[in-house]
Amino acid sequence: MPEIKVDVERCKGCELCIINCPKEILRFSEEFNEKGYHYPECFEPESCTGCAICAQMCPEVAIEVYK
Amino acid sequence: MPEERVLMKGNEAIGEAAIRAGCCFYAGYPITPQNELTEYMSYHMPEAGRAFVQSESEVAAINMVYGAAATGVRAMTSSSGPGISLKQEGISYMCGAELPCFFANIVRGGPGLGNIAPAQSDYFQATRGGGHGDYRTIVLAPSTVQELFDLTILGFELADKYLNPAMILGDGILGQMREPLVLRDPIDYDPSFKNDWALGNSAGRSKHVITSVRLAPGTLEKHNMKLFKKYKEIEEKEQRYELTDVDDADVVIIAYGTSARVAKSAAAMARESGDIRLGVIRLITLWPFPKDIVREYAEKGKKLLVVEMSLGQMREDVLLATCGATDVSLLAHTGGGLPTEEEVLDTARKVMKSDGPVEVYPEGAE
Amino acid sequence: MKKVFGRPESMSDKANMYCPGCGHGLAHRLTAEAIDALGLKDRCMGVASVGCSVFADDYFDFDFIQAAHGRAPAVATGMKRSKPGTIVFTHQGDGDLASIGAAEMIHSANRGEKITVIFVNNAIYGMTGGQMAPTTLCGMRTSTCQLGRDPEVAGHPIRVCELLKDLEGVAYLERVAVNTPAHMNKAKKALRKAFEVQDKGLGFSLVEIISQCPTGWGQLPKDSVGWIEENMIPYFPLGVYKDVTA
Repeated sequence: MPEIKVDVERCKGCELCIINCPKEILRFSEEFNEKGYHYPECFEPESCTGCAICAQMCPEVAIEVYK
Repeated sequence: MPEERVLMKGNEAIGEAAIRAGCCFYAGYPITPQNELTEYMSYHMPEAGRAFVQSESEVAAINMVYGAAATGVRAMTSSSGPGISLKQEGISYMCGAELPCFFANIVRGGPGLGNIAPAQSDYFQATRGGGHGDYRTIVLAPSTVQELFDLTILGFELADKYLNPAMILGDGILGQMREPLVLRDPIDYDPSFKNDWALGNSAGRSKHVITSVRLAPGTLEKHNMKLFKKYKEIEEKEQRYELTDVDDADVVIIAYGTSARVAKSAAAMARESGDIRLGVIRLITLWPFPKDIVREYAEKGKKLLVVEMSLGQMREDVLLATCGATDVSLLAHTGGGLPTEEEVLDTARKVMKSDGPVEVYPEGAE
Repeated sequence: MKKVFGRPESMSDKANMYCPGCGHGLAHRLTAEAIDALGLKDRCMGVASVGCSVFADDYFDFDFIQAAHGRAPAVATGMKRSKPGTIVFTHQGDGDLASIGAAEMIHSANRGEKITVIFVNNAIYGMTGGQMAPTTLCGMRTSTCQLGRDPEVAGHPIRVCELLKDLEGVAYLERVAVNTPAHMNKAKKALRKAFEVQDKGLGFSLVEIISQCPTGWGQLPKDSVGWIEENMIPYFPLGVYKDVTA
């Protein structure tokens, strides 16, 4: 099953991954990283298709995609 | 092997020397009175398999040199007054990034567009920086076509030795005159000693970065102290000058370039007329300023007379070096005006007779 | 499970100092992906400019030089003419390329220098605090045109691709954007094409990347990408402006 790994410390909370996910299965976590940004979490990982759009839209290269 | 002896124009001699020194990249923009150098390079660089670009401006030229030098090749540019002013940022960058390069300033009358006559009024710009920040440029002052050739080669060598820009401060007469010239054999230049920092193919090694920006607190100060130590070493080791008849002189003239030629002629005339003995300290490096020899003769009590085609720019360095040990007089010209032997002799006689320094300036507009 | 998306080899793993949502990071990654796809990393030399991307050298894993404001194409000229076997690219913003660097931009293109200029156009000066750029849109507010850019005073925004397309030395020009996944795919292809054109020695290539500057524009990143669609792209149409291989 495809999945993403988010390097949460690199995230700056820009939200571009969240708004571009075709399955709309990303949201901001309640938690935040050391810089004080909320980072994305996938709340329905079983629906992930590994399209990697979230990773492509991330300016920090903070998301890795596995299939 | 017999010497190769030619009659060559000053500007062209610089170009031929640069090619023989292994210069691989030249960029320049037309400006009088140095155009023959750009033209010479436009033909002879490609002929020698080297790169030539007539750049869109003098600013572009110095930045092309910055890029070329970063790849480890010997690179140069040339210009005059207004064009050298445009290059100042680039020169500052190269000093900050510790890159070698060579450039020639064939000085014309300024400020502003000025004229195309010879001058020595870019002395402050050359020796004090002109650009921004705590840096120095090595400044060489030829006074013959042979020296334009020889000091070009020396300029490339010093630039490489210290990883810093080096320049020739010529003038419009030197650039235009033709004199006999003994050519030196071409050097087989091998830039591989630059391999641990030069940019290029990075296979099998970590990346090299050429930069002059250091924002983290304390890092720029520390880097500038590294440059400072380098400049101190240059000051200790690279002062160059030529002495003519100084030991028994009544007045010692300090001059460089074309002014020094006039001074030496005046000194010869003086020996013939017999009423005054003149000596000449001809400066060959302007930075580092030959302060040791100047101070030596000042402390011997010699009266000093600076002859220069500027309103006292080089004289300030003489004053700094002598610190009041002796009188420092001045025969000044500006805006393309030239001293004559007669003027030099007249002024020297005044200096010999007077208590305190003498300053002779050209007639001014009322 | 196999990794199907990650950091390109040509990128260093240093975290960048751009604002949240900034397009520079995207442009860097796409550049690195193109260089990796073509196997150019060892031969590649980058020229960083002055602006938010002044430390671009930190984000790549090959040789780099930092150039004076506007002069990157001249620096690249010196590098490429001295080392013709290398791949040389510049990374410049709109002020660096089209304002202070306009002459170097035009003349390196006109001479057909075999370099690639990566031009990030976000219509504002970021690093210095949000001043007007040559590509700032009419009516757009910046710190030096607080009532909105007035063409009577400041002229109209410059369209770089249109300006350069008729120069003989130009081999490839494309304007792309990084505000949507579809645009990102095209941007990635454009960068790859630009580097291919350089590697084949065909001439000057430039990719203009319309990018968001959320901080400068006073917008959230998720709104800035829509603003590009509504305001930037109509004035700066995306597409290929010159392609000598076509």
